[in-house]
Amino acid sequence: MSSTTSEVPPAPAPERATASTGPGRFRGGKKKASAVAGQSFAGQSFRVRWKRDRQMLLMMVPGVLFLLLFFYIPILGNVIAFQDYQPFLGIGDSDWVGFQNFVDLYFNPDFWVALRNTLVLALWQLLLFFPVPLGLALVVDSLMSSRIRRWFQSIVYLPHFLSWVLVIALFQQVLGGAGLVNNELRHLGLDALPFMTNPDTFPLLATVQLVWKDAGWAMIIFLASLASIDGSLYEAAAADGAGRWRRMWHITLPGLRSIIILLLILRIGDILSVGFEQFLLQHDAVGPGASEVLDTFTYFAGVVGGGWSIGAAAGLAKGIVGAVLIFAANKVAHRLGEPGIFSKKAG
Amino acid sequence: MATDTMVRKTSGRQSKGLTFNPTRPAWKEPVSPLYQAIKAVVLGLITLSIVLPILLVVSTSLADDQQLVAAGGYVLWPTHPTLQAYQAIFSGQFMFRALGVSAVVTAVGTVLALFVTITMAYATSRPVLFGRPVLLMVLFTLLFAPGLIPMFLMVKQLGLLDTLWSLILPGIFGAFNFVVMRSFFMNIPQELIEAARIDGASDVKILWKIVLPLSKAVVAVVGLFYAVGFWNAFFNAMLYINDQTKFPVQLVLRNYVVQGGGLADQLGIASTPPPQSMQMAIVVVALLPILLVYPFLQKHFNKGVITGAIKG
Repeated sequence: MSSTTSEVPPAPAPERATASTGPGRFRGGKKKASAVAGQSFAGQSFRVRWKRDRQMLLMMVPGVLFLLLFFYIPILGNVIAFQDYQPFLGIGDSDWVGFQNFVDLYFNPDFWVALRNTLVLALWQLLLFFPVPLGLALVVDSLMSSRIRRWFQSIVYLPHFLSWVLVIALFQQVLGGAGLVNNELRHLGLDALPFMTNPDTFPLLATVQLVWKDAGWAMIIFLASLASIDGSLYEAAAADGAGRWRRMWHITLPGLRSIIILLLILRIGDILSVGFEQFLLQHDAVGPGASEVLDTFTYFAGVVGGGWSIGAAAGLAKGIVGAVLIFAANKVAHRLGEPGIFSKKAG
Repeated sequence: MATDTMVRKTSGRQSKGLTFNPTRPAWKEPVSPLYQAIKAVVLGLITLSIVLPILLVVSTSLADDQQLVAAGGYVLWPTHPTLQAYQAIFSGQFMFRALGVSAVVTAVGTVLALFVTITMAYATSRPVLFGRPVLLMVLFTLLFAPGLIPMFLMVKQLGLLDTLWSLILPGIFGAFNFVVMRSFFMNIPQELIEAARIDGASDVKILWKIVLPLSKAVVAVVGLFYAVGFWNAFFNAMLYINDQTKFPVQLVLRNYVVQGGGLADQLGIASTPPPQSMQMAIVVVALLPILLVYPFLQKHFNKGVITGAIKG
């Protein structure tokens, strides 16, 4: 509290806090400057700040404790990827084997199947899932009746909040071997179709499931960006004789450019995580040949099969590649003149 | 719809630029009926694809034996609604216990998660000592995940295996929810907080008396997000819980509906109603809480609580 007592309205030269005091200043990420004029932290000793911020520091404790216990220490636990980890010996006493687990992974055909499936599914998702929310948002944005709009939004957001277990269960009830559609087919004297168990069509099925569950929800971001496009741009373009499609091409899509690039980066950085629960749940029905992805490989090799170290190696490799990809994609976005997801300044 | 078409007709007859029309921007041309019809069909189909499976499941769970047999397993509307499938799944202890586990995990988890997230978000939303490094510590979690196996070993090391804490503690903080909460706190006028500081209010008091009353909407949304997350989680239970008496609803759903395990004997009853309707009843038990809280959740979507944070 002591700092706030020094009230010197027009602060001398090095004071930067006096210039702008609005909340906008805070959003920039530079948080040294407080809103109250004359309050500067630069000259304060550590002890004064410690005393002043005691309660705030206390508030950080639960969160920091959580991050240590369930994030940073487990990250260190990845060292077992370089060990021949034995649960009864623990990390301390297990033998170090260097990169042997990664070599084993390289010669493990199942790993390559999992990697291939992951990439195939990611490609399907990129091509089929990614454009759907954008199209949906454009359609919803063009709806004139706000009541229909609200109703439609409420309905398409809903599946996002259903668990994958529920989604798969619902799909089974409709498309499964004993499900509604196959029941009807049999009634008509036709053969049942193995929608849910055919490995060849599984990528399509998985993508349809994803679209059903999340396309509506993914639309929300595009809708917000659409609403933020300045209406006078459309008006000016219309006055110049631009038709509906031209306006969409020259105003709407450029207006959405930043958000599209941002989401693409996030997607590319996440390309090795195509979804875990979805594939684990259908692992038995479809078979590992089509539904094994890197995450399920980690689970079955590590937890189920007891190959802790090889599972951890697969997980670690995936995590590192993912982090590298997201940095690379972000860099590309900067080259394109887009803010991307993070820059050196932004928090 | 009716007013919409009426407005469209009038604006079609007059010159576009001069028509005053509260629903349609002045520069937009009237839409052709064909385009309108295609749009209606597409939106209708999308709506049906979501509503129909849910209706199917709810109706079948409520249908009586005769109708089920006659319809070949599925009905879209129960002619004689009955609760016998629900009576059957709840006649043993099993389903009750699962429901209890899910309820406890969701309630305790949400309260703890809100506590951790609010304190952390508030502390890092102000220019305090260590604020920046701690913030970076959180944001780093968005880039990288520790991985499944190290997490399992950690939970095991902490002695949480086969306890409900293993379903709660790893989920009490989410970086996304943190970001939503923090950006909301940062938009609270700083003058308010500084004024309270000058008046001698402690940080805890400021948070409790000033910041939280202004943040009811975001607390509600984030709390509901956490609650839905805890309710929906099934894999952590599969990973950490062996004891069948501690299975949450989602794991029961997975084991007995998705994997099609022997339903009746696990639930400790003879299979009187067709298993189809019992499966559906379990699906509905997992679904219903989400459907109940959903109206509260979606009330906030359009207020920009979430989208504002994403953009900021």
